[in-house]
Amino acid sequence: MSWGILRDLLSGVNKYSTGVGKIWVAVVFMLRLLVYVAAAENIWKYERDEFECNIKQPGCENVCFDHFFPVSHIRLWALQLIMVSTPSLLVIFHVAYRENREKHHNQKLYRNPGEIDGGLLCTYLISLILKTGFEIVFLVLFYKLYNGFKIPHLMKCDIRPCPSTVDCYISKATEKMIFLYFLVGTSCLCIILNLTEFSYLIFKYSLKCFLKRYTKEQQ
Amino acid sequence: MDWGALHTILGGVNKHSTSIGKIWLTVLFIFRIMILVVAAERVWGDEQDDFVCNTLQPGCRNVCYDHFFPISHIRLWALQLIFVSTPALLVAMHVAYRRHEKKRQFRKGDQKCEYKDIEEIRRQRFRIEGSLWWTYTSSIFFRLIFEAVFMYAFYFMYDGFRMPRLMKCSAWPCPNTVDCFVSRPTEKTVFTIFMIAVSTICILLNVAELCYLLTKFFLRRSRKAGNSKQQPNHENKEETKQNEMNELISDSCQNTVIGFSS
Repeated sequence: MSWGILRDLLSGVNKYSTGVGKIWVAVVFMLRLLVYVAAAENIWKYERDEFECNIKQPGCENVCFDHFFPVSHIRLWALQLIMVSTPSLLVIFHVAYRENREKHHNQKLYRNPGEIDGGLLCTYLISLILKTGFEIVFLVLFYKLYNGFKIPHLMKCDIRPCPSTVDCYISKATEKMIFLYFLVGTSCLCIILNLTEFSYLIFKYSLKCFLKRYTKEQQ
Repeated sequence: MDWGALHTILGGVNKHSTSIGKIWLTVLFIFRIMILVVAAERVWGDEQDDFVCNTLQPGCRNVCYDHFFPISHIRLWALQLIFVSTPALLVAMHVAYRRHEKKRQFRKGDQKCEYKDIEEIRRQRFRIEGSLWWTYTSSIFFRLIFEAVFMYAFYFMYDGFRMPRLMKCSAWPCPNTVDCFVSRPTEKTVFTIFMIAVSTICILLNVAELCYLLTKFFLRRSRKAGNSKQQPNHENKEETKQNEMNELISDSCQNTVIGFSS
């Protein structure tokens, strides 16, 4: 049940997207969601069990793990996927509202309820801005929480009840780092796609307005 | 049988909800159930294994864990989500009862019945008025009560919403006051605050929906009282039709199709 909702949401969004929007849905679905479920989840599955500190003092490992990983990478990744997909609901709601209005008036109010013009254009642009905003927020959060996108093999910890500075070792550090870079890469790709789509829509509808005004003046 | 079953049940209720009700349902599924299944369950997955006490005394760790976590956060949330979703079943049952009555009328060959076939009855969306209004409003009221009760239970059981790193325990058979360390306290605090925040949003949505339904009810009553004073004539019928159209326009989000199947 878990990621099925997101999958259904993305398929629903696909119907009302531009060409670039459809590429965005494909990237999110294949390169982010699928990679998360099929690969990344398993890498971080035993992160706590495999985190080892060179000390027998009870509680030291717990405290050091909590200090180095306040929120796990994999949880942030999951939250990012959910938050980035949610603004598309605005577009779905707006299209459904249009279809409903047509049904109640029993006449065709719009050329096509799913066509991106007028109010739906504003909603679409707002959803693009929100998506880009969330992507940037999460990238900054990742960067701030973990001092960049590196995962070291060894971390030194001296928080109570650790009696002195102890060495703590993180499991699969290189593999985690590779997937983290993959996450950052796909996020940046999605940001670029969103900005491209935004510019394309603004350009297209400015041109439309300009041509309409020009032909009116000619007449 | 898992959260998918709840998804199926509530998806059916979705058709007969107001627009605020549909937003509430979306928030419930995406920001609560999905977060619970995808993230929170993993964070609390190893809570007992990694609950460590600074003692070798057998049984001390078990007793201390039980003392500090009488009911795990994750179980409380699951219960909260189930209780909060259950009042929607009242609406589903009422709608099913109405459908059953209409089907009975149709089969008897009642002249008053305006449906062409059974399928139309099955597909029909009932407006929230009359006895369905009372059922729907009661379901929102119960939802609010359950949300508030669970939030209070959380606050009362865990002395706020923060998960401490270190807890001191002196329950028998621990020989004296021992230090016990919780696993992932910061991550747990973050998710607790997230879930509480989304619960608050859901409470606000329910309050907004309740106000909307009450306003609609009083407006309808005053309109009916106004119409009954006037003399019935053709112009009045036109006005009534126009009023109904206006009502439909203001309820026009009621067939919103959310991305997932209902």
